[in-house]
Amino acid sequence: MRDTLVRASPSRARIRPSRPQLIRATTITILLLFTLFALPQLLSLYYIDTMTQVAIYSMVTLALGVLVGRVGLVSLGQVAVLAVGAWVAARLLFATTQPYPVILLEAGLITMVAGIAIGLPALRLRGLYLALITLMLAGAITVVLATLNFPNGGHGFTGYNGSLVHIPPIRRPSIAAADPAYFRYSVIVATLMFLLVLAHVKTKPGRAWAAIRQSEPAALAAGINTTLYKLWAFALASFITGVAGGVLAGAVHYLYSIGFPTQDSITLLAVTLMGGVYTMWGAVVAALLYQFLPALLNNWGVSADWLIILFGLGVLQVLTTAPAGLADQVPKDLARLGRRLRRSTSRSTP
Amino acid sequence: MIEVTGLTVRYGGVTSLDDMSLTFEQGTCGLIGPNGAGKTTFFNVLSGFVRPAAGTVRAFGVDLLSMAHFRRARWGVRRTFQTEQAIEELSVFDNVAMVHEHTKLGAATRRKDVLDAIEFTGLEAVAPDAKVRTLTAGQRRLVEVARAVVGRPRLVLLDEPAAGLPEEETSHLAEIIRAIPEHTGALTILVDHDMSLVSACCTTTAVLDFGKLIASGPTAAVLRNDDVIRAYLGVA
Repeated sequence: MRDTLVRASPSRARIRPSRPQLIRATTITILLLFTLFALPQLLSLYYIDTMTQVAIYSMVTLALGVLVGRVGLVSLGQVAVLAVGAWVAARLLFATTQPYPVILLEAGLITMVAGIAIGLPALRLRGLYLALITLMLAGAITVVLATLNFPNGGHGFTGYNGSLVHIPPIRRPSIAAADPAYFRYSVIVATLMFLLVLAHVKTKPGRAWAAIRQSEPAALAAGINTTLYKLWAFALASFITGVAGGVLAGAVHYLYSIGFPTQDSITLLAVTLMGGVYTMWGAVVAALLYQFLPALLNNWGVSADWLIILFGLGVLQVLTTAPAGLADQVPKDLARLGRRLRRSTSRSTP
Repeated sequence: MIEVTGLTVRYGGVTSLDDMSLTFEQGTCGLIGPNGAGKTTFFNVLSGFVRPAAGTVRAFGVDLLSMAHFRRARWGVRRTFQTEQAIEELSVFDNVAMVHEHTKLGAATRRKDVLDAIEFTGLEAVAPDAKVRTLTAGQRRLVEVARAVVGRPRLVLLDEPAAGLPEEETSHLAEIIRAIPEHTGALTILVDHDMSLVSACCTTTAVLDFGKLIASGPTAAVLRNDDVIRAYLGVA
């Protein structure tokens, strides 16, 4: 009996990846290569910029997905966290000559500290109350940013140049100055962030988060330091969002506090839920909904304001019929459709 | 050995445990009483979910109340819950390994302990990497028990482990519960309303009513005690 147990136990199975795992890894690699090399050739500059935003916001939705989907903490302050990351990065980019990756790392780490501060109430609060607190905090951060003005290349701590002439743009890495190259750069940074999250969810923190989300008493009873792991989740999410802020700073060249309205955090949560919070694909779907869809509508001359209504309906649909989001539902629906088509063709050909 | 003295827990105006003192020596001990008597509250105090208003708890010479709740589990206070709390999305192995994962034990020891616990609870029929959500209610209960006995627990608290289980699964569970002290060396406390389970498993039993200890001693004697019959068991 013991022998079969040892053979069947998971850590042995982990050594050799299973067939579905291999297929998944291959698909992801091909998609990534396509995105990096073929996509910039196929798209116009307008859509390349849009896809850069998708890459950036996929990190933000990924981070929010970690909080909501993995740990069960609803934060409505992520856009403010993004603004902090962008601020720190912009300031460092103007004030220093450090290489871009170093600045991204610093922006991530400093934002992480801010994120832990935001996460502190999460130790006592959950659900609606945590959402409310993070929303208010985001509002507060937005007010502070608006009062201080976003750094635009001037001198001093805030780096604001009130004269509004000869304002230098936020620099980009020298290897990625042009838009297609910067798109590739953003995708690579995003990929690294996805791998970072993957390394978390597949290991000890991921299992601890799963336990906390499903049953905090059970997690405590199993010796999990729930305080540590909740703060860890906030730290990770803020780090990733901070890095995304850094990439955003270079992408847009000029930052304004009005670019980070508090209500965007709500939309962000809506699209993250729609995309799906239990898989990392969900983050990509969410970012496409959040950035690609409005760009598409704009291009067609349709007001992007319609999206608020669409997202509202989308969340309603997700909450009632597909709690795991589009990333989970669409493949299942397609498989069901395939089965139905096969059945109907086999019936029509006796 | 666990010694509880003067334990008092209040939720607002409700006194859930009222100056309760009791001692359990070793083996499997029963804790019974009507609903709301304070049995689960007692477990919650031991596992650190509830801070008592007064009282002391010493387990194997250690002051339990001064320990952070997650440290108590690592030290050896383990429990199951009235409503089963196995983590659905994790595998059987990961559920049982959860306790060990946050200790400093080596990987090989942890693995061996986890497989031991799985075997001990008779879960070896289930693949260790099967997700808990695919298991039956009885198997999930066993996963919880395995999580409670893995490694070297000192105190195993079982909160109505047989609730909702069919008879044959209950008798399998009874065998496991009886074997816990010998297998792990832990003091086991069983809370249940199933008196046949309690008398089958427990050498000594204590009875709570309205947060007070009304009887304790050898199980058979306690179940014949007039106060216990009046307060809880009822007249046949």
